[in-house]
Amino acid sequence: MTERKIRIATTSLAGCFGCHMSFLDIDEKLALLNDRIEFNRSPLTDIKHCGPSDIGLIEGGVCNADNVRVLREYRANCAILIAVGACAITGGVPAMRNYFDLRECLEEVYLNGTGVTNPQIPSDAELPLLLDKVYPVQEVVKIDYFLPGCPPSADAFLQLLLPLLDGQKPHLAVNQLHYD
Amino acid sequence: MAREATKATEPNNLTIDGQTVPFKAGQTIMDAALAARIYIPHLCHYPGLKPAGNCRLCVVEANGKSVAACITPAQPGQQVCSDTSELNAARLAITQMLFVEGNHICPSCEKSGNCRLQAMGYYLGMLEEHFHQFNPRREIDASHPTVLLDRDRCILCDLCVRASRDVDKKNVFAIAGRGIHARLIVNTASGKLGDSNIEADDLAANICPVGAILIRERSFDSPIGERIYDRLSISDTAMTEHVPDKGKDHD
Repeated sequence: MTERKIRIATTSLAGCFGCHMSFLDIDEKLALLNDRIEFNRSPLTDIKHCGPSDIGLIEGGVCNADNVRVLREYRANCAILIAVGACAITGGVPAMRNYFDLRECLEEVYLNGTGVTNPQIPSDAELPLLLDKVYPVQEVVKIDYFLPGCPPSADAFLQLLLPLLDGQKPHLAVNQLHYD
Repeated sequence: MAREATKATEPNNLTIDGQTVPFKAGQTIMDAALAARIYIPHLCHYPGLKPAGNCRLCVVEANGKSVAACITPAQPGQQVCSDTSELNAARLAITQMLFVEGNHICPSCEKSGNCRLQAMGYYLGMLEEHFHQFNPRREIDASHPTVLLDRDRCILCDLCVRASRDVDKKNVFAIAGRGIHARLIVNTASGKLGDSNIEADDLAANICPVGAILIRERSFDSPIGERIYDRLSISDTAMTEHVPDKGKDHD
């Protein structure tokens, strides 16, 4: 009888996909993981909604209503939810807009910015509403583990995931701990 | 006088985490620890500058009482506990509060890799900032040709205040307001750094532990992997810090 594969779901909220790129950077060790894991909803699959999963990896902070919905879906479906990277953990670079009112940001970009033609603030119903600020994910849902870095290195991903696959608590080595 | 008498009659020793540490009359617990190469975490202390007891990271238990090591005189027979799980948990919480009270976005900061606040987070194993972000709005002062003041990152350690007043003899900086309203100000009529006489070589311009006071055109000089805290722990660099003797002051 084969062992059930550990199911992992991943997403990028207000992030740059850099954490996902770093995750893929584990190179040939992906083959090592491939025997033991399978992906649910992720930018690496075409699954539209997060189903029941063992581990959820969240990249990026929370900047709009859709991010909140997706994040709650992951929390509801993932036994272990992990905030990955500076943006998920602190808001990161997108949170630099928190220095300004949302209205100021929109007016600067869509009305008063250099080279703007046909100035108007987008308001299509398909666009998710922006939040007043960009929030770290742990201010919205309970997070079980944190993997800092911008991005976390491929080795840091392995240090996090390998113990979890064996049902153990991960511990990030001091030399893997960085905030940039 | 009493202190002199003590010095003459018996060796001055205290213990830090069970280790016997000698000290000279007039030294603080921090002075004695650094002389013995024992690291007590600190951000607002810098040997050669008058200690201020601002950041509270150096709080230790001396004979069972919580005191800031940088401003508490060493005493004969004093039993000091520093590297305990309780104190390190408190230091982690203080560090997290310092992060959320300002706007510390490490990936976009020129000081990243050379920042002592960041290095403190690494030393204490800080994975996240725990408390909700304050998102304060603070004024950036880019009025000076060679020195930039970004208050978003200021942790109010007041090292620049002491360095400018006591070493540079220019008194450029001060802390105004109290509690959550405390802020770093510039002692000029306009309040702008550009109207002060600070220069890029001044100690005050170089002693900032975070990225609040930066020398222009030096950003990102060292690539990732070669910056100070890519290679060293703050517990290492703390052993080599001292204000250059030329500016030493005895208030």
